[in-house]
Amino acid sequence: MRGKCGLFFESYRGEAAVFQSGFQKTCLGLFVAVLLIAPWVLDSYFMSMLNLIMIAVIGAVSLNLLTGVCGQISLGHGAFIGVGAYAAAQATLHGVPFIAALFLGGFSAALVGMVFGVPSLRLKGIYLAIATLAAQLILEYVFLHWESATGGSRGLIVEAPKILGFSFDTERKIFYLLLAAAACSLLMVTNVLRTRHGRAFISIRDFYLSAEIAGVNLFGYKLAAFGLSSFLAGVAGGLWAHYTQFLSAEQFGITLSISYLAMIIIGGLGSVTGSVMGAVFITLLPEVLNGLSGALAGVLPDITSQLVALREGVFGLTLMLFLIFEPEGLANRWRLVKSYWKLYPFAH
Amino acid sequence: MEYYLQLFINGLVVGGIYSLVALGFVVIYKATKVVNFAQGELVMVGAYVCFGLTVQLHIPFVWAFLMTLGFSVVLGLAVERLALRPLIGEAHICVIMVTIGLSSVLKSIVQVIWGTQIKVYPEVLPTTPVIIAGMPIAPVYIAAFVLSGLLFGVFTLFFKYSRMGIAMRATAHDQQAAQSMGIGIRGIFALSWCIASVVSTVGGVILGNINGINSHLGVLGLKVFPAVILGGLDSLLGAALGGLIIGVLENVCDGLAKDLFDLGGFREVAAFVVLVGILMVKPYGLFGTEEIERV
Repeated sequence: MRGKCGLFFESYRGEAAVFQSGFQKTCLGLFVAVLLIAPWVLDSYFMSMLNLIMIAVIGAVSLNLLTGVCGQISLGHGAFIGVGAYAAAQATLHGVPFIAALFLGGFSAALVGMVFGVPSLRLKGIYLAIATLAAQLILEYVFLHWESATGGSRGLIVEAPKILGFSFDTERKIFYLLLAAAACSLLMVTNVLRTRHGRAFISIRDFYLSAEIAGVNLFGYKLAAFGLSSFLAGVAGGLWAHYTQFLSAEQFGITLSISYLAMIIIGGLGSVTGSVMGAVFITLLPEVLNGLSGALAGVLPDITSQLVALREGVFGLTLMLFLIFEPEGLANRWRLVKSYWKLYPFAH
Repeated sequence: MEYYLQLFINGLVVGGIYSLVALGFVVIYKATKVVNFAQGELVMVGAYVCFGLTVQLHIPFVWAFLMTLGFSVVLGLAVERLALRPLIGEAHICVIMVTIGLSSVLKSIVQVIWGTQIKVYPEVLPTTPVIIAGMPIAPVYIAAFVLSGLLFGVFTLFFKYSRMGIAMRATAHDQQAAQSMGIGIRGIFALSWCIASVVSTVGGVILGNINGINSHLGVLGLKVFPAVILGGLDSLLGAALGGLIIGVLENVCDGLAKDLFDLGGFREVAAFVVLVGILMVKPYGLFGTEEIERV
């Protein structure tokens, strides 16, 4: 056993490495292996949960890049996801191959995101939050009324994704696709954070004036953050479109934006691991509530009819409790738990 | 033309309610720098409590209204103490998210107790329209407008002359200086939430008398943003004017969009299109304090 009670870096390279210890690498490898065999063990209900989580992970990590890392509050993320979803869906309906359609969705979301990100040069904090709120509501209106592109209130039917003639038409098959996409996005964001661009984002969040004095081009980087984040959001949207195979304007309402914000708050602002944890937490919360209400239906017969209202209440309450008692999110709690066990039983 | 005049008047009435809700928002923002996304839900809770007292418990309207005001004071205090005070000094996003969480909780409570159907208030005012300048206008509209105006008058005087009001303005101007002059900041924060809750409740009750209430009333809270941005986030006069202008604008734009482009439901976004324009051109609004930063 190596008697090392902490991480020591002897070079900048080591400090910036994605995996800082062999143990970490092994754990992650095992985790991925478990995920890879999961489709053979779990039934399709659990698979649908996992699939939703994968899409939520991409959305959450992209929002975390913008809001958690770069500090630009966005209340319009749900709508950016919607732009990607509709663009990718229209592309495949017009015969574009799936992968290309996915990128097309990403790029169109990035374009829209950057257009609404332009005010971010002049607006900060709450003003930006309100501007993105306006973006959300305006885009929602467009989704509902641009009938030739979005199907309006009737919705839009999309086919299952097809790559080189292979159709991902079951929960199990599409899981591998979504897992790959989620892993790519996580790796991408992790790597962006390690570069000088990532550090520029963080410096803008911490204090924009110092960042500008240190030579960071505020407008360019803010716009880049909006673009990159919306690109990933668009990809998440494209995957969502081809996974659910049905799009309607209500799916991309302000509730979606809020739930993504809740994911990164609960997971931990500015943390990639946190985004994953938050995505898992928020996606599973309603399912756990469903299960609980089913179990309690014998005692409280009214509970199932009140479920929709209760779900929203529990969501809000969880969010508030996290903000008040655990503002650093699950990622920080996880770090504390780990460091506790690292030195166990000699904590001092 | 008559159609547009009618739209204009409807807009003024709706705008009067926007102004009231915006007033609550501005009072909170001025004193505590909190952006309250739950303003619409405060309106909704007030409207439902008043409805419950009058219709379900058969209390005469005037008493029920007073009791609702009492309730809203308690609600404002509770919200400030339980949800907002722990977050003093946290980042913008945390404070915004806590009010969003609060709005979900309030909405859920209302839905669990009263369901999602539209509830109609008993008729308090006569329904025969009054003719003003050749236009038939329902008395409840006039009452709504007068009441909004009255409340604005009261609050303007309150902020200008009363000890508490001056203390609130001092706090808004410079918290540290106010504190060193012996003003209890916590009391001011609590008071501003009370005021916001009370004016929202009044707005809710008026709205209930006009249209009836349902559980989507909280959406109104979003309409406050165009109004306060137009008027300036920290200006009472701005909130009043902004609310009225946005109310009129969205009604007239809705009519225009329907006539010219055959677009339905433009009412929902007209105000936000305006909002984006204002933010691009004049982010601090008509009367807001410009934040000047010096390095």
